[in-house]
Amino acid sequence: MHYFIGDLGHLFVIASLVTSLISAVAYWQANAASPEKKDQWLINARISFYLHSTAVLGVVISLFVIIYQHYFEYHYAYSHSSLHLPGEYMISCFWEGQEGSFLLWIFWQALIGIFLINTQRKWEAPVMVVFGLVQAFLASMILGVVIPLINIKLGSSPFILLRDAIDDPIFKLQPDFIPKDGSGLNPLLQNYWMVIHPPTLFLGFALTLPPFAFCIAGLWQKKYSEWIKPALPWALLGAAILGLGILMGGYWAYETLNFGGYWNWDPVENAVYVPWLILIASIHTMIIYKNSLTALKSSIILNIAVFVLILYSTFLTRSGILGDASVHSFTDLGLSGQLLIYMLFFTVAAIILAIIRWKEIPTSEKEASIYSREFWIFLGATTLCLMGFQVLLPTSIPVYNSFIELFGGESNLAPPADQIGFYSRFQLWFGVLVALISGTGQFFWWKRMEKDKLIKEIIPPILISLVVFAIIILIAKVYEPSYLVLTLAGVYLIVSNLNVLASVTKVNASLSGGALAHIGVGMMLIGVLFSSGYSKVVSLNNTGMLISKDLPTEFNRDNLLLFVNEPRTMAGYEIEFLGERVEPRNVNGYVSKNDIDLTLDPYKVIARKDIEFKGKKILNAKDTFEINPENTFYEIELRKDGEVAALLFPRVQINPAMGGFIASPDIKRNISRDLYTHVSLPMNREEEPEWSELEEVRVRINQQFFVNDYVAVLEEVTRIYEYEGFTFTDEDVAVKAKIKVTGERDSYYAEPVFVIKDKTQVGRISSEVNDLGVKITLLNIHPETNEFSLGLNTRQKDWVIIKAMEKPLINILWLGTGVLMVGFSMALVRRFREFKKTSS
Amino acid sequence: MKKSHIIAIVVIAACIGIIIATAGDASTYVSFDQAYQMASTGNKTQIHVVGDLKKDAQGNIIGLEKSQDNLSFSFLLIDENGKEQKVYYNEPMPPDFARSEKVVVIGSYQNNTFLANKILLKCPSKYQEEKINAGI
Repeated sequence: MHYFIGDLGHLFVIASLVTSLISAVAYWQANAASPEKKDQWLINARISFYLHSTAVLGVVISLFVIIYQHYFEYHYAYSHSSLHLPGEYMISCFWEGQEGSFLLWIFWQALIGIFLINTQRKWEAPVMVVFGLVQAFLASMILGVVIPLINIKLGSSPFILLRDAIDDPIFKLQPDFIPKDGSGLNPLLQNYWMVIHPPTLFLGFALTLPPFAFCIAGLWQKKYSEWIKPALPWALLGAAILGLGILMGGYWAYETLNFGGYWNWDPVENAVYVPWLILIASIHTMIIYKNSLTALKSSIILNIAVFVLILYSTFLTRSGILGDASVHSFTDLGLSGQLLIYMLFFTVAAIILAIIRWKEIPTSEKEASIYSREFWIFLGATTLCLMGFQVLLPTSIPVYNSFIELFGGESNLAPPADQIGFYSRFQLWFGVLVALISGTGQFFWWKRMEKDKLIKEIIPPILISLVVFAIIILIAKVYEPSYLVLTLAGVYLIVSNLNVLASVTKVNASLSGGALAHIGVGMMLIGVLFSSGYSKVVSLNNTGMLISKDLPTEFNRDNLLLFVNEPRTMAGYEIEFLGERVEPRNVNGYVSKNDIDLTLDPYKVIARKDIEFKGKKILNAKDTFEINPENTFYEIELRKDGEVAALLFPRVQINPAMGGFIASPDIKRNISRDLYTHVSLPMNREEEPEWSELEEVRVRINQQFFVNDYVAVLEEVTRIYEYEGFTFTDEDVAVKAKIKVTGERDSYYAEPVFVIKDKTQVGRISSEVNDLGVKITLLNIHPETNEFSLGLNTRQKDWVIIKAMEKPLINILWLGTGVLMVGFSMALVRRFREFKKTSS
Repeated sequence: MKKSHIIAIVVIAACIGIIIATAGDASTYVSFDQAYQMASTGNKTQIHVVGDLKKDAQGNIIGLEKSQDNLSFSFLLIDENGKEQKVYYNEPMPPDFARSEKVVVIGSYQNNTFLANKILLKCPSKYQEEKINAGI
């Protein structure tokens, strides 16, 4: 038992909580203190925050040591890791659990805090009060301390011992029991996305804190307008990173998690989408303010809203309230009360502060003209807020139900049954509005524009958009009215911003970030529209078999049953399932399950023969190599006009502990469309298949016979002295037959064994050719006739059920994401320079 | 009237519209009887029904039928009022289906059968270990 590391970690958690509180109090005092005392308080506060950051680092290191050293006496290591987990996924274990992800969040904010201390002397004291408080709240989530007397558990510690977390009888008999292996990382998460997605997302979360802290500091210190300048670059960075994190999640879902698409309007997804929209809106109002001194109040409201929504999203996903509504929310750790207090504290404090100061906040009485840039940006920001509101409302239905039940009422409201259809129907029109507004707003880039000049400027882009639009709908055959409108709006957004981009680049290329970001959004809208709106299932079952006569005729099935080596047609391809494969850990390629021998260690197998993949030799016969036994890949060949168009390897992970099987797709990427294929049902190898009755044949060496309609030949029978680690003596007779079975594509060898041990005991070990559904047993040897009796059993050939979808123009979405990120980065650099110019 | 007032009115109208639309499109948790009544009055909206799989005394699931080609399956679900109903689902049976404790079906009645468009499974230990597998 390694008690020390856990105790140390726990001590660091407590230290980090205490020091963050001390730093908040000291910074508070520094605000209030007289100038001579102020410096002392500041020094104290800084030291406390550095101590806090050190403690946070200490917690991180302690937890990582526990995971990395496989200390399975700790619940965290036991439930998130295992001995066979490759090194890079040890990192993912760290943030798989809720405690670890809180820790990640605290860690990022500590780093940002240190950065602010060293760059923002003017704002340091008030901003860091907010930081200290937020850090204290987050640290309390992983505290794991029971408060005496009232008996309330505060936080859930990652350093809890297994025996304290799980009530298992073994601990009564053996209190020091340590499991030999952990239960492993959820196979869905054994993916490089799990290494990079959570840190990115939580960095995005953490980055929403500085704008909020500056806003609060501004209200508190009555610097009503000065806070915008330092807040804006942070908001831009936050929007870029959070957006990237969200899209990474989408791409991960698309590529690995097999949710059928990249976005499913699941409450957990919505919970980060809404704050991101509001963050974008707040950036826009802050930009208006910088240019024309209007929209200060809306900037304040939106900045507060973004942070409150981040807290709300944390509450939704971690309190367990979404349990019935979401497929992937965290489990409830009993933190709901604490999370609620965390959210309400900052919501109420920020609102009260804003109300107290409201009258003093300067406003501009001037009405923005329709021909001004401010008017259009403001309109766009308003649309973004409504867009967020439309998603937020249905996502909160479980909260509404709990609320009603809290007051003794009853509510049976459920989220919309067809989430994707429901949200898309509304968000599509918001998308149209956003595109039209931000497309048109760009014409007011430089200055006020008069009516006649506007008409002159706007007509060429409109004409170009119409031409491009006409070409697109001719090629893509779009008929759906709402899709037509969105396509046109998206094209208009791109064209008008290209227009701006062209004129801006001529003057000063560093100002082109905004135009680029908007072009990215336009591309994303079009990519989303086509890939989702025109996604279609192509693996239709065309056998015409019915499950039940009661069912309506539109009960079409979207899956295709493929038998090994029996071609079918699908989506203009000839499609053929070639068999099950494993993936060597250290070599690129796939190996047929027929070409490996298992060993006692499920993670190690031996190659039966030289193994080639795509014409290249990757392994030698008798090589021992490592595989992940949970994973099976289904090799599927797509052919067009007789030529191989693609080899697909969709994956299935079998992990009973995590709930059955988990499929990951493989994607045939074309420029214009992706063909997305996944396994919807694999064969169950645990279940004993139904074998036909034993058929006996008598053959000589080199004599042909038929088994399951395949030609087979007995090539040789040799004496063996050892079988799977068991040695035979001279007294024993052990022979192995080598039978070649010729399949449609490949030859297979069956090697049944016949043993007479101690002259009396007869043993027969049959050999199976999985792909062909053949089992051969060496029944008897007839030395008098040189014949051998073979027992033949057959079963249904191997099969797999797949589902395949076409996703047109999805690459435009990924490309648009890239363009948006470049736009953000350019805007960020520009705003950061502006800020440096004024502060130095 | 000032422009800002017009915008404010439009925004308020949009919010009210969104609230009404959400209330209208929200699904509900109902029993099979209610679902049947809804369908027979021509209401084809998709609803949620929560239930348990029918099991015999030994805990084996009764009434699970796979289609011959494995491409779809049907099962018996008992809702919270104890009503038993055959549910058809248009996808291959997920392997962890038989292990699930509670099943939420989202769909509607078509004539006398309940056709599920989506099923949510509640498995006992999907994410959290409850017992130690005593690694020997």
